[in-house]
This record gives sequence, structure tokens and C-alpha cells, in this order.
Amino acid sequence: MSGNQPHIAPIKLYLGVFATLIAGTWLTYWVALQDFGWLNTPLALLIAVVKATVVVLYFMHVRWQSKMTMVFAAAGFVWLLILFAFTLQDYFTRSWLPIYG
Amino acid sequence: MSSTVAPHAAAPRPDLPATDGHAVEPRENYLNVDYGWKSWLLSTDHKRIAVMYLITIMFMILVGGSFAILLRLELATPAGDLLQSETYNKIFTMHGVVMVFFFLIPGIPAVLGNFLVPIMIGAKDLAFPKINLLSYYIFLAGITLTLIAVAMGGVDTGWTFYTPYSSTYANSQVALAAIAVFVTGFSSILTGLNFIVTVHKMRAPGMTWFRLPLFIWAQYATSLIIMLGTPVIAITVALVGLERLFHIGIFDPTYGGDPVLFQHMFWFYSHPAVYIMILPAMGVMSELVTAFSKKRVFGYHIMAFSTLAIAVIGFFVWGHHLFVSGQSTYAGVMFSVITMLVAVPSAIKVFNWVSTMYRGDVWLTTPMCFAIAFLGLFTVGGLTGIFLGAMGFDIHVHDTYFVVAHFHYVMVGGMVTAFFGGIHFWWPKMFGRMYPENMGRISAAIIFIGFNLTFFPQFILGYMGMPRRYHFYPEEWQVLNVLSTAGATLLGTGYLLPMIYLPWSLKFGKVASKNPWGAKGLEWQIDSPPTTFNFDKVPIVTEEAYAYPEGSRHQREAEVV
Amino acid sequence: MSSVDATGLAHHFEDLEQQHESATLGMWAFLITEIMFFGGLFGAYVVYRTMYPEAWENGSKELDVFLGALNTTVLIGSSLTMALAVRSAQHGKNRQVIGFTFLTMVLGFVFLGVKIVEYHAKWEHHLIPGPHFMFEGHLGGHEELFFALYFVMTGTHAFHMIIGAGLMIWVILKAARNEYTPQHHSHVEMIGLYWHFVDIVWIFLFPLLYLLGRHGHASIGH
Repeated sequence: MSGNQPHIAPIKLYLGVFATLIAGTWLTYWVALQDFGWLNTPLALLIAVVKATVVVLYFMHVRWQSKMTMVFAAAGFVWLLILFAFTLQDYFTRSWLPIYG
Repeated sequence: MSSTVAPHAAAPRPDLPATDGHAVEPRENYLNVDYGWKSWLLSTDHKRIAVMYLITIMFMILVGGSFAILLRLELATPAGDLLQSETYNKIFTMHGVVMVFFFLIPGIPAVLGNFLVPIMIGAKDLAFPKINLLSYYIFLAGITLTLIAVAMGGVDTGWTFYTPYSSTYANSQVALAAIAVFVTGFSSILTGLNFIVTVHKMRAPGMTWFRLPLFIWAQYATSLIIMLGTPVIAITVALVGLERLFHIGIFDPTYGGDPVLFQHMFWFYSHPAVYIMILPAMGVMSELVTAFSKKRVFGYHIMAFSTLAIAVIGFFVWGHHLFVSGQSTYAGVMFSVITMLVAVPSAIKVFNWVSTMYRGDVWLTTPMCFAIAFLGLFTVGGLTGIFLGAMGFDIHVHDTYFVVAHFHYVMVGGMVTAFFGGIHFWWPKMFGRMYPENMGRISAAIIFIGFNLTFFPQFILGYMGMPRRYHFYPEEWQVLNVLSTAGATLLGTGYLLPMIYLPWSLKFGKVASKNPWGAKGLEWQIDSPPTTFNFDKVPIVTEEAYAYPEGSRHQREAEVV
Repeated sequence: MSSVDATGLAHHFEDLEQQHESATLGMWAFLITEIMFFGGLFGAYVVYRTMYPEAWENGSKELDVFLGALNTTVLIGSSLTMALAVRSAQHGKNRQVIGFTFLTMVLGFVFLGVKIVEYHAKWEHHLIPGPHFMFEGHLGGHEELFFALYFVMTGTHAFHMIIGAGLMIWVILKAARNEYTPQHHSHVEMIGLYWHFVDIVWIFLFPLLYLLGRHGHASIGH
């Protein structure tokens, strides 16, 4: 998107995004009431990720912007996963050996 | 980049008032364009902000350095006579906090980076000049808070603020120091953000990514680490502050909180932070070594990629600080192995600098003396880093002077040496004056000797088991400690010399030409000191970086024979 | 220094396009830092939740799902009005910008108001971490960690909203002076990005804080 000719999305699209987000909120509530066993949290996160992606792509205009903006938007989340994964690899493996590092 | 559109021919520019009558008067530049406090304190010119940072950071070196002198004086004798244990704890904490957060991290980016990033890529300013000024004032606010914390009694937790001591037990100004670190973090985030956008969006026509000077690559990679890491330390110290103020229990084992989680979150930033300190220094090194060997850098692409590799791999190794903290053995092994990997790109850089010098036209100016000192000191620091990354060895020397010596070799021997080398190299560009060359060489030599005398004995002390952070020690270690203290005195003298002769040269130094070193790079094609907007005309870049003539002097001579 | 010409182009940029792209990239870079900032808190959440899953469910059941869902709706609504405010700015319709921004601000304050009601209820139930924390009549317990994180996370989020509301006032003032044109409206766009980011944080906070252990229990909400 350029400063001179911004991509202007139709109002209908914004309303559609809004409806999707509200539906997602109800869905996540409904999922929480069902017993999916260990799947409850992954499902809740999946819905949240979908909702967040919709916000990023449409409300935040990333869909119409340069690849670099997409890379930037993704980078933060990827780095968050690094923080989580490498911290958790400690916590999940503490009981593997009877001694502590 | 000699074939860029030369901004200034010898003839005076038509758009400026003729200066024929006043040949002595230098032409208008960023220093003399206007005068008065306001024109500096409210300036959004990246060069003026760099100068303000330089002055502030020099002040912080003096503060942190005086703490270091006190520590070494105390350690000259085995008994705790000069400082009592509590005071000693506060002094080493404040030495660490001041040096890490107010010198090592901002040092090269905020001073040399601010000054050079726009010029080296052919831009008039950073992308967000006002944010740049804001970041300076946030930095000042952080310093002010730290100094208030010192005045109110100081902090005694060590610069790492380990919980639960910092959050529950310490009786010192931890909350205030935590706020100071939090605030300072914002300053470096804003600088990093500015650099990233500037490098992406403000490059002159023809300045492609692979024509960027390696200094710019280093600043870019550093900025990435700042953006991705600093917020985590911000929230971590904020949690420590909340824990202290409201006892919410997040890192308190009595509520089930895990102090090791603090260490994970702290080192997620603070280990990459050592690359925030050393990567810009490596960028400076690449500039110095090429300029004074009159040769293209050996392996430009691999140098650029190794910069990025260090930045990325640096995020996966933080657990090597937790080998004895109760981290799982499996995690320890993982972190240990990845730590070995990060040595590879660092070593590539050292090899490439040496290869650049090999058969080059080496000119032993002061900056080059600092660069050669860097090569030696950083290699020792880096290699002992591999020792420490090996889990088994680390358990033996953990929290001893071996660790202290290692990180001083990397930080002081690496970053500070490169910082001084860079300051000397670009001094003529920044202020339009030459520094006294022989004094410079002398100070470089004193620093190199003083540094090794200070810190090499500490490797031995640490290997023998002398723990860090104690103000007394058994008598059999006195000889090595006295050597170290004597070295520190020499080192301090070495650092004081430039702080005297550099300001002296502002008035008495020889007037510098545009390119006193005959170096390549856009910054050497504009005036010394530069005008406010750096370039009169947007430069068009047609060459890669360091386009020195092929073949060294010796080869050329050989061809003649 | 830093002079700006009539079209809103600052001296150091070549054209408005470069200036706009720089602003967008800079804002996204800033949002990366925000992601990592909240990320530290989410990291602490993940670690302690894996350590104390039961305490997490017990704590979560004390939260008011109805108010949480209401707030989610309010915040999504404010995101919509913010998106429309940006769209109006893209058309250069400053009056509409004022209207939509004001609406966004009002919804933001509704959210904060509901939050105050929730915080107050926690105060009454001794669920504020600290010396007076009590859970089901007992002092302390691992539930305290849940509430510590609940307050820090929602508090940090609310703080971001307050800053956002302040930025809205700035937008309204600028729109009142007719400063937004189809060519030059980066300002409101950047503040929009910020507001949507705050919305995204809540999209994750709602299920992770309010909806744990809700299945198979008769009492839902309070």
C-alpha cells in the first residue's frame, strides 16, 4: 500500500470481520463448556489464533501490505514461541533424571 | 564508493554564501550551524544527539570506572579493610549496572550508530528524528533514577537482580534500580526501532543490502536483538518491582513461585544482550581493519550472514547461565551444545579480519592499534567462553573469577577497545580535528598491557577457585590480586588519556580533511564535520562496500618487479 | 530541523510513500516489542499453569465469565469502530474520524468500567495477591499465583488501553483541525494498529484466564 493511494477496504468487509470475531468469542465459550479432555486448551488457542490472524490481516491491513510488514508481524510471534519452547524444555524435563542440573 | 556522485567538488557550492573572504572560517556544518543550549538540547539532528550521547556515556564510564577502582583497591589486600561486605556488594552491583546498562549496551549504537547509520547509507537523518531525541531523554531519565538509587543507599543484588534475594530479602533500593533498568530499556528499544526502519527505508539509490558497510549490518542485527529481547527484561524487572512492592509471590517459593523462572526470563534478554554489546563492536572492527589494510573485507557475504547468525543463535543459548541453578540436565545439555554453535560465526569473523589484514597495506594508526588489540583480547575472551559453555567445566568455575575474567575480556577487551578504536577513527569526521596520533598509540598500548595485567591473573584465580563477589580472600591469592590491581591502575590511566587529549584536540588538533585515512565509504565523501543534512545531493551508490583497489601494496610492487 | 512541509512530508524523506512505509514498519517493529513484553507474562503463565493446573482451574472459576465475555464483545466492537475511523481518514472525512474515534474511546471506557467492577469484586473476596489473600477461607496457596498473573496481565492490558484512550484524544484534536487527508493519515493508522494489538492481547487473555475448567461443573460464573 502506498501513501498516495491507500487500499481502502469496503465497510462490508469490516462488518464481516466483526461478525467473525463475535462468532469466535461464542465458539470459544461453547468449547470451554464441553469436555474435550486435553484438547480443550489447544482448541481455545486455535480459535484465539484464528481471531488474532483475522484482526492482523484485515483490521491491521497486513493483507494489503508489503511482505516485509508480514515478516515483521510474524517475527514477534515466532520469537515468543522460542521463549516458550526453550523455557518449557527445562520444566518438562526436570523429572527425567533423579538429579538436578 | 568513489564513483558515487561526488557531493562536493573543490569549488565552493553555489547554494551557500561564499566564504572567500574568510578562508579560516570553516564552512557551515552541524556543529556551528547554530549555537546555544536550546539548539543542542532540542536538536533532532542525529549527529548532535550522538554527541550528547557521547558526553553522557563518557560521564557514565567515569562513574562505573570509579566503582571498579574501589573494588580493585579493596582486593589489593586479603583482609576486608577498605570496604565492608555490604558496601562492597553495593559497589560491585553499581559497577555492573552502570557499565552494562549505561555504557556497554548503548555505547556504540547510540554514539557511533546514531552518527553514522544515516550517513553510511546516504540518508539525511534517521527515519524518526524526534523519537531519536526522545530516546536520549529517556536514557537521561534512566541515569537519573540510577543515580538517585545510588544516593539513597545503592543496590546490593548484583546487576543480575536474582530472585528471591532481590524480590524478598534485599534491604536496598532494588525497586528504584528496577525502574531505572525498565526506563533505560525503552531508550534502547526506540534507538533499535529507528535503526531498523532507517536501514529498511532510507537507503540511498543503489545502496543495496549487500553494498551496506558491515557496520550497518552489525547495527541492524543489534537492533533486531534489542527489539526482540529488551521487552522481556522490562517485564521481568517490572515483576520483581511488583513482587517487592506488593508481595504478589510470582518468584517467591513460599507461594509456589519459581526463582529459576526469573533466571530464564532474565537471561532470555541478558544473554542476547552480550551480543547487543559485541556485535556493534564487530561492525566497527570490520570498518577499521578494511580501512587500514586498504583491502576489501575478506568474505563480505559470510561476514554479513555471520552477523545475523550471531544475533539469531544468541537467542537459543541463554540456559548456559543456569547450569547450576536447578535447570534440568537435559536442558543444560541442549543449551551447552547450542552455545558451541554460536562460537562458529564469531570465529569466522576473527578469521576474516585476519585474512583481510594478510598481505594488506597495514597502516598502524591508533584505530588500527585498537583493532589489533581487539583481535587478541576478543579471541581470548571468546575461547574461554567455549570453556564456560561446556557444562562440566562451567560447574567447576561457575561464579568464580574465571567468569569475571572471561566476560571482561569480551566486554572490555572487545567492546570497549572497539569503541575507542571507532571513536578515534571517526573523531576527525565528527569534530573536524585530528587527535594527537602518538598519544593515541601510547594509550592503545597502555590499555592493552594494563588490560591483560588486570584480567589474566583472574583466570588463574578463578581456576584455583576464588569466588566472585567477596571482599576478602585467603592470603595465598594476594600476589595475583595485587597484579590485577596494578593492572587496573594502568588500564585506568590508559582510558583517561584519550579522555584528556580528545577534548584537547577539539581546539588544538590539526584541522581534518574530508578523508584523512583515504578510506572508502559514504561518510568519507562528505565534509568533516558534516553539514546538518549530511549530503547536498542524494548520493547514488554504484559500488560495493570497501571497494579498495584489487591487490595489496606488496602484490602491486611484485608486479612492478 | 525536522521541518514538515504543507503536505505533511518531513524534510528527511524523499516522498510521502517512503514516509508512510517507514511509519508502518516502525509501528510494526514497536508492536513486536509489545508482543515480547506481554510474552514474558504469557511465559510465566504457561510455566505456572503446567506446574499447578488445579490451582489454575480453581482460580479461573472465581472469574466472572459473563463480564469477561461482555468485555470481549465491547473490545471487538471498539476495534471495528477504530477500523472505521481509519477508513474515514483514508477518505479524508475528518468529521467521521471524530465520530468513530469518540465511539472507540467510549467503548474503551466501558471496558475499563467493567474491569473496575471485576477488580472490586476480587477485593471483596480477598483475591488480591498479598498479605490479605485468602482462597476458600485459606491463606495463600498456589491460587495466589494465578491471581497475581491475572492482575498483572489484565492490569498491563488495561494500562495499554488507558494510553490508547489518550492517543484517541490526540486523533480527535487533529481531526478537528482537518489534518487528515487521503494522502496523509499515517498518524491515525498507527494509533489504529496499536488499538487492534491491544484487542489481540485480550483475545488471548479471555480464554486463558476466564475459561479454564468450566466443563462438567454446574456452577458457571458467579
